[in-house]
Amino acid sequence: MKREIPLIITALIGIVFIIQFFIPHEPFHSLSDIFSDWFSIIQACAIWLGALNLVKLSLDKIGKQGMIAVGSAVSLALLVAIFYAPGFLAGRLPLILFLLAFMLMFAGQYSRSRVKEDWFLSVSTVVSFVIIIIAGFAFSNGRQFLEPGTRFDYLYQYVYSPLSATMFAMLAFFVASASYRAFRARNKEATMLLLAAFFVMLGRVPLGDWLTSFMPEGARLSSLADWVMNFPNAAGQRAIMIGIALGVVSTSLRIILGIERSHLGGES
Amino acid sequence: MIIPAARPSPRLASACLTGLTVFLILIALSATSALAQEPPDTANQAPSITIAQTPPPSPATDVQAYDNPNDAGGAVHIEWTKSADDGGGLENVAQYAILRGTSPSGPFDTVGTNTPGTTEFTDGGTEDGVTYYYIVSTGSTVASPDGTTRTVWTQSEPSEPVQSSAQWFHTGRINSLLAVILLTTSILLFINRAKTGGKLFIRKIAGLEAIDEAVGRATEMGRKIFFIPGIEDMNNVQTIAGVTLLGRVSKMAAQYEAQIDVPVRRSLVMVAARETMKEAYLDAGRPDAFNEDTVHYLTDDQFGYAAGVDGMFVRQKPATVFYMGAFYAESLIMAETGNSIGAIQIAGTAMPAQLPFFVAACDFTLIGEELFAASAYLSKEPRQLGSLKGQDVGKFFILIFAILGIILATFEVYDLSTWFIVQ
Repeated sequence: MKREIPLIITALIGIVFIIQFFIPHEPFHSLSDIFSDWFSIIQACAIWLGALNLVKLSLDKIGKQGMIAVGSAVSLALLVAIFYAPGFLAGRLPLILFLLAFMLMFAGQYSRSRVKEDWFLSVSTVVSFVIIIIAGFAFSNGRQFLEPGTRFDYLYQYVYSPLSATMFAMLAFFVASASYRAFRARNKEATMLLLAAFFVMLGRVPLGDWLTSFMPEGARLSSLADWVMNFPNAAGQRAIMIGIALGVVSTSLRIILGIERSHLGGES
Repeated sequence: MIIPAARPSPRLASACLTGLTVFLILIALSATSALAQEPPDTANQAPSITIAQTPPPSPATDVQAYDNPNDAGGAVHIEWTKSADDGGGLENVAQYAILRGTSPSGPFDTVGTNTPGTTEFTDGGTEDGVTYYYIVSTGSTVASPDGTTRTVWTQSEPSEPVQSSAQWFHTGRINSLLAVILLTTSILLFINRAKTGGKLFIRKIAGLEAIDEAVGRATEMGRKIFFIPGIEDMNNVQTIAGVTLLGRVSKMAAQYEAQIDVPVRRSLVMVAARETMKEAYLDAGRPDAFNEDTVHYLTDDQFGYAAGVDGMFVRQKPATVFYMGAFYAESLIMAETGNSIGAIQIAGTAMPAQLPFFVAACDFTLIGEELFAASAYLSKEPRQLGSLKGQDVGKFFILIFAILGIILATFEVYDLSTWFIVQ
């Protein structure tokens, strides 16, 4: 029964969803919204599972590293207390202290041992978790925690956003290194890719049209780039999309009919 | 003593009469002025026809109202022919107001407005089974002598009676229904054929053939396998395909006694992946080797997750990395880091924008449908392989229509594409 019940539920829900697409009449009409709401409710509750798992694993790692980690955690906790002390929010001092503490932890860790587990990350994870919870719940002076000027907003603006932007910005360098590898003319296909990329990139900047300004408008590099994007590229993308759509239908059917059950532990 | 009644003097009577006349004129002027300045309350009452020096716009004509098709009821669709002064004539139409009443003689309430040039409106606030009549009022903005503007309205004839109702079938989706029936039938036929022992040819997928080798490599090197099931939640079919494939990879890892690590971005994926891995280890006869902390949550934040995964790659230097599921901009950040540490990388996604990144940074990439075929392909089970063949029938029909469409478009016949529009 452990496998049959999930299979029955999956089959029923799957069939109902197919039917509701073709029948606009109630009760089918509202089913999609109802299921969507329920998914959101379950998802919201499940966030705690993830958060607690993260804290548990981090605490386990801290525990394994002994007193050094505990000492660091206490130091950071003290720093948190300073961070929330009245009068310290003026200027960027708390942020500087916050970053200094992290740098000290990194330096301390690497000076002692390079082979240890990433305990310092666990410590910072737990401390950050506590900080953000306190910032969200306790220190907002009765205001909504997202309002400008709250501690939560401060952390969002000056810690979270810059870190996120940094990660995103790294993408530019990764694109460059990946392109360098992908565009090496190792064989016939790679050479075609290189040529297509060369013309598309050149056609997307003013230099491309300037270089080919002596040619008729339809034959300039920008037109060639548009042609590559609108025809060969679009055709390839559509072919992939058609394949994906059929794959989705086939996978859904296998799951609804209970043929695919490896997510429930295989065929037996 | 009898006091004689005072007789009003003729001058006083004349003054009173003049005063009364002036008073009445003032009241009349005041009322007229108020009428001219007060705009009609379009929310609650029918706009009235105001006689102005500027001629009012010609009315909209031929107002037709009918039950809005293919809906759950509660809506009526109204169409009309434009006013002669809309796009021609006086060209003074400012807007159309749509009014609804339960009797052809009124009263009518405004249910919405539309811009000049439009000829239809859907009233989504009707009650099923109630008879309604609709009027389209054409409005024109005119300037008053005092410099203010006001709108004058001309009403159309009421429409025929109409009632809204819910439908039991969406006629705009017949093409989808036919496609689903065709595809489902062909998949079921091939599944049945596979069950009865019929031979099925499935082309080799290099990325899936390499999974065995990749898991073996990690075992030999004594390093970890990382499995990234995308960054979407369990309601995304790509995540489901990824988690399904995780079951296959986990079973191999359990058999080879290789270490596997699954950092996830969503809590629900964590729960589902844990169950899948647990069952896979049980299926491989190694339930004791399963540690549920191998599937662990990192963060819901996209780039936080990418940073976390990258950090683990750099510190733990896995031998093999799988990326199976839905990815966005973080795909290249993770795949390039994996590439830099020398891991063998196998990716699979149905996100067309991320495919080039994976192709550039990974050793093998499952493109679109190959991700969904992966589990069936690896299982070698006839019923699952049969479903893949059924998919090919769908591709065959799409190919036929594509060729037919190209031929017709060459002769400037574009009607075929309308068959594929899903409402």
